[in-house]
Amino acid sequence: MLDALVAMLANADFWAAVLRIATPLVFGTLGVLLCERAGVLNLGIEGIMVAGAFTGWLAVHAGAGLWTGVAVAAGTGAVFGLLHGVLTVPLALSQHVAGLGITLFASSVAYYAYRVSFPNVTTPPTIQPFADMHGLGLPVLAAQTPLTLLALALVPLVAWILARTPLGLAVRMVGENPAAAEGQGLDVIAVRVGAIVAGSALMGVAGAFLTLSAFNAFFFNLINGRGWICVALVVFAGWRPGKALAGALLFAFFDAMQLRLQQADAGAVPYQAWLMLPYVLSILALVAVARRASYPQALMKPWRRGER
Amino acid sequence: METRPSPQPSPRERGEGAYAPVLRLTGITKRFGALVANDGVSLELARGEVLALLGENGAGKSTLVSILFGHYLADAGTIEAFGAPLPPGDPAAALAAGIGMVHQHSTLADNLTVLDNVMLGTEPLWWPVSRRRAGRARLVATAQRFGLAVDPDARVARLSVGERQRVEILKALYRDARVLILDEPTAVLTPQESEALFSTLRGLCADGLAIIFISHKLDEVLRVSDRIAVLRAGRLVATMPAAGTAKAGLAEVMVGRPIPPPAGKPHGRGDVACVLDHVVMHGERAGERLHDVSLALRAGEITAIAGVSGNGQAALVDLLCGLRAADAGTVTLGGQPLPAEPRAWIGAGAARIPDDRREVGTIGDLPVWENAIAERYRKPFSSAALVRRGAARSFARKLCDRYDVRGGGIDVPARTLSGGNMQKLIVGRALSGGATRADRFAPTLIVANQPTWGLDAGAVAWVHQQMLDACARGAAVLLVSEDLDEILALADRVAVLHAGKLSAARAASAWTLSELGMAMAGEGTRDAA
Amino acid sequence: MRLEARGALSPAMAIVAPFAAVVVTLAVAALFVAWAGAPVGRTYALIFEGGFGSRFAWSETLTRATPLMLTGLAAAIAFRAHLYNIGAEGQLYLGALAAVAAGGLHGGTGFDLPTPLLFAAMVAAAALAGALLMVLPAVAKTRFGVDEVVTTLLLNFIVLLFVSMMLDGPMKDPTAMGWPQSVALKEELELPKLVERTRVHAGLLVAIVLAALAWAVLRLTTFGFEVRAVGANARAARFAGVPVTRTLVLVALASGAIAGLAGAIEVAGRTGYVTLDMSPGYGYTGIVIAMLAGLNPLGVVAAAVFIAGVMVGADSMSRAVAVPTYIADVIVSVALLAMLVATLAARYRLRLR
Repeated sequence: MLDALVAMLANADFWAAVLRIATPLVFGTLGVLLCERAGVLNLGIEGIMVAGAFTGWLAVHAGAGLWTGVAVAAGTGAVFGLLHGVLTVPLALSQHVAGLGITLFASSVAYYAYRVSFPNVTTPPTIQPFADMHGLGLPVLAAQTPLTLLALALVPLVAWILARTPLGLAVRMVGENPAAAEGQGLDVIAVRVGAIVAGSALMGVAGAFLTLSAFNAFFFNLINGRGWICVALVVFAGWRPGKALAGALLFAFFDAMQLRLQQADAGAVPYQAWLMLPYVLSILALVAVARRASYPQALMKPWRRGER
Repeated sequence: METRPSPQPSPRERGEGAYAPVLRLTGITKRFGALVANDGVSLELARGEVLALLGENGAGKSTLVSILFGHYLADAGTIEAFGAPLPPGDPAAALAAGIGMVHQHSTLADNLTVLDNVMLGTEPLWWPVSRRRAGRARLVATAQRFGLAVDPDARVARLSVGERQRVEILKALYRDARVLILDEPTAVLTPQESEALFSTLRGLCADGLAIIFISHKLDEVLRVSDRIAVLRAGRLVATMPAAGTAKAGLAEVMVGRPIPPPAGKPHGRGDVACVLDHVVMHGERAGERLHDVSLALRAGEITAIAGVSGNGQAALVDLLCGLRAADAGTVTLGGQPLPAEPRAWIGAGAARIPDDRREVGTIGDLPVWENAIAERYRKPFSSAALVRRGAARSFARKLCDRYDVRGGGIDVPARTLSGGNMQKLIVGRALSGGATRADRFAPTLIVANQPTWGLDAGAVAWVHQQMLDACARGAAVLLVSEDLDEILALADRVAVLHAGKLSAARAASAWTLSELGMAMAGEGTRDAA
Repeated sequence: MRLEARGALSPAMAIVAPFAAVVVTLAVAALFVAWAGAPVGRTYALIFEGGFGSRFAWSETLTRATPLMLTGLAAAIAFRAHLYNIGAEGQLYLGALAAVAAGGLHGGTGFDLPTPLLFAAMVAAAALAGALLMVLPAVAKTRFGVDEVVTTLLLNFIVLLFVSMMLDGPMKDPTAMGWPQSVALKEELELPKLVERTRVHAGLLVAIVLAALAWAVLRLTTFGFEVRAVGANARAARFAGVPVTRTLVLVALASGAIAGLAGAIEVAGRTGYVTLDMSPGYGYTGIVIAMLAGLNPLGVVAAAVFIAGVMVGADSMSRAVAVPTYIADVIVSVALLAMLVATLAARYRLRLR
């Protein structure tokens, strides 16, 4: 077992797989992070990822370019994000219930649309996904697609926007003390909904990565809980983009590892036990950091204008 | 940026008689459902003047300035600022017109720095980089100009209440406010800090700012303002110059009817009911710590704890309400040490009045009758795991009767009650102890935390009377309050909490206001007796 | 545009609003049906017929509704205490597995007790399994402040993998010719049918009785008061002396137990053994049912029948018309969101300025 472990760590393919598995998690976690920094829990992520995966793929299947597909997925995410934003910010409905409702709505719409568009297929139709960037020459990165680069570039960008721009300050403030933001002349509802829309667009892209890059078709159970893992990762990351990347990579590390160790192990341990590992680790990580978590103070507290 | 009138010597300094108003409110009316908060209020504010908005709690002062600042939209009426009409309901427009507001409740984000809080909203959202260096320089310059010390990079969570208020004032000055609204600013300050605030305000006026100062405290209003506008039940009932106005007359105008001071029945000092012995409580925040506090509360005696919120009051009250345990030292009630279980304290006869009637004192979504029995839902209002609905509802009806709780019956959700009626429900529940007959229960200890905060004068007098009556019947009373007037009116003994340390408890008459103020600020502490 | 709180609750709106929600739902779903190119009226008629139009339809609907009532109950009582148990799916599966373990495994690990005792053991095992799954989320929430949504969700995935593991190994049915299903439950333990030649079984009665019991507990008992108080305002409840942690843990265990029971009842009443696809998302649908019912246990029964009918009807409709069965999920999710918005109507008024 130990030899297999060492061999795995020395293998560039392994690290390429880690990056590949981490990419949708980075997009998704950044998306949840934006929403939660603004004070809103977005449990619609699982459904939004399904919807983004489907519409991005559908656009490409209908003849659009790959990046157009990504844009379509982002747009889809933004639309569902807008719905979530309207329900939870001006209407101030329960963020838990609205989020779960959106997950169900978005995923059922996507599955329905898929069935309507392709009524009689038995194997999912495929498209030509993003090609890897062998032109880059660097060992692990060359095996990635451009979307991974985008994800990696987004991390410092989001961090910078949050920390250094007036917009980022506004987003942070509405998540800490919306009354203070209103007292400084900001439109709390607009900022919150805007953050949710932007975050949800990222969630859509996370889904599109799976159909346009990692795989080349859309099928049921494609997302398989990755959205919920992103929700856990945000807590683990202390709501900071840099730590979100670290968390995503850590999770991807264990996910990639369990697949390879499973093969090396040759069946002594049932494969399901290996598959459980990432979820178990997520729970443990959550419990470990929860005590020290300093969350945005206004998270999950509805804000009503004019009620002071 | 828009042009604004540059600072000039105030009209009074120039010796001029007439001056153009910087603010003109005309016919402001605002309703919340059936409640008329403001009724046709018209006011003018002159450059360089301090206008005090006086009225008891619930008179509509905060509503009026909230409308001015744009938090609320008036149902009728117009506002003119510096001669131009002010777009209503838009804080950004108010800020752009030069109106700044220091709110009563914190509008600062604890997890961010002072500079973050000040710079928020001052730059267009589409700018790619925030100009922090320039912002910091401007903040420091503004602070120095007006004599308000501040550390731009300090996290707000670490600041004291007085420091936070300074930041809020700086927030407004940083944005070139020419009109400053202060909503009950001295409620959270020591007497010395209030003095410092007044001298700051005088400096601001000399610079040409106009100030609206909201208060319900007559002494302050007479000291610091040029003109006084009195609001009562939403209407502007009088405006007068401060000079030459007598306090007693002012009180009558404010309240509109004579309110007799509570009748303090003579009570003797009885046996010791509750003892804190070298109590230490740890806590993450400064306000949750106690250092070696010892105190003995006797039946029939009102002991008041003075001090600015955040100095350990929360820890002390949580301890005596049974919500937290002491980390060292002992606390006993009736000679018995009690665990940190609210039920134990309730059972031992503690009557507890929390400071937050909406979030802690009542369960808003439950009906009034379930709130009435909430402290004693097990004993006596349950038997064999079932709630005794009949007995509970009948008790609730009698409670609302005896304690004058009005507002729609016992089946309405508690959150629909007005603040005053909610407080009556809480006080009645605490003092009646689940007994339907008045003479069947007498609390051994009353813990009252800011019991009259936000109540109108009538309700304040009612609460005070209830406490005095219960005290005369043998309860030991602990009153925690930020209102020194209330403390000096009711207390037999006063002790001061500062940074978790309790001063010696001396007779109320033995304290001077200045000593109290110094103790509240932590200077000249004497050892606990 | 903003919301303004009404002075007093508007009883008229409280009745009109849910109807408006249903109308909106049907209108939105009609768009989806039209998109599939099918005639809207006929499609709805077929759905209604398939779910409620005949004795057979009703029997299928009630059979489908049985586990939904239970997972809906599990969600409703937990959500009442503001404990968001999203793990009913996993609790159902583990409960089913435990039921089969207690009541079906013979030759070694099987128990050889008289039938009534074995039945009781089976039920207890299922409830215990579901309850145990809630221990970690409950402790994590009360002790460490970990949001239970994520922990219960992640546990679902873990449990499903565990069940798959068990079905591949120790609990595999040797006579199933390689198909991953568990050993079968002893025949004597199966629940009797309520109506012959249909699949409606006694589990329906159990579910209805449990719902009535839950309603009574919430409304009449001391514990019910504690649950409602904690759900409404945990801080104020603690101040008044309600043991918040204990209440939350008990509610969590009860919720898990009921969901586990749903698994046992499915096995004992419908399938006879555990398979990986025995629950098409009953746990998650239960959450929707609870929210549609306004967290009222009696409402859960009605909502479960409604949703089961829509699902059964959609299944049958899609055999006749080219509308995908996912229309059921679309209808249910839109109904949920519409109901959510409708709850505002009784308490708030929309002001245009």
